[in-house]
Amino acid sequence: MKKKILYWEDVEVGAEIPSLPKTATSQMLVKWAAASGDFNPLHYESTFAENQGVGKPIVHGQLKRAWLVQMLTDWIGEEAFLKKFSCQFRAMDYPIMMKSLTEPAEERTTHFCKGKVTNKGVENEAHFIECDIWVENDKGEKSTPGKATVILKIKGDE
Amino acid sequence: MLSEEITRLIGKSGEPMILEVERGAIRKFADAVGDRNPLIWDDEYARNSRYGSVVAPPGFFGWPVKWDSPMPFFSPIREELITASIKAGFSRIVDGGIEYEFFHPVRVGDTLVAVAKIADIYARETKGGTLVFSVTETSYTNQHGVLVAVASQTLINR
Repeated sequence: MKKKILYWEDVEVGAEIPSLPKTATSQMLVKWAAASGDFNPLHYESTFAENQGVGKPIVHGQLKRAWLVQMLTDWIGEEAFLKKFSCQFRAMDYPIMMKSLTEPAEERTTHFCKGKVTNKGVENEAHFIECDIWVENDKGEKSTPGKATVILKIKGDE
Repeated sequence: MLSEEITRLIGKSGEPMILEVERGAIRKFADAVGDRNPLIWDDEYARNSRYGSVVAPPGFFGWPVKWDSPMPFFSPIREELITASIKAGFSRIVDGGIEYEFFHPVRVGDTLVAVAKIADIYARETKGGTLVFSVTETSYTNQHGVLVAVASQTLINR
């Protein structure tokens, strides 16, 4: 496998981060609950979700956070360092159900992780970029907006 | 106005929690996210990388070695806060967002100590009623005494 290096010099302010599509399914939420230790019934129990005022079980905010982190690490590669990351959970997102062990009931992408470079600079010899990042749902809402700061390599500095 | 029962928790820290970063747990996490990064899934690739071993994706800090709660990662101080909020009539809880600062990679085999502190609690009046924001700041330190990350998580009770 060829190692990808994103150099600071090659990143321009205004550039878009390659978008990462995700389809939230009920199965994915179960996996996330087990992997993250979030066993809040809000994410798997209809009556509870209704009583909590969100209608039906919602996608874990922290799962959307992990998608955004993946979008960044896929893009920046392993030579870069994710320094700062933040996101806010502003809107509810809902999973689609499964029709079989392996297939979602509907053939569609429910979410896209996206981002844009907003600034670049040098501080204490670290070459950094700043980005706006967000998860967009299929209603076009930016349900999970955030920011990230990444330290990148410069050319010739191996 | 927030009751003394809630505000007395501001500045309080929970007992340190010990977390182990196991390979299977890292992969379970990455699988739930849909992250197929070879640094996580390919032992040989990871060994030859600059990390020298499988690494955890940013934001994964292993699993507690001991827990006694339906939410294994919740520090007792956070449970105390949730209990006090529910008692004060704010029984609906949503995750507001998270902020990380990363200092050092987390590798397979690391043992981390997490210390959670209630950094802030404040109320905001909205058309829909009072919202209570609480910020839990958690620091993660590895077995070499190196601070690897600080996370600030905001819960919203209403």
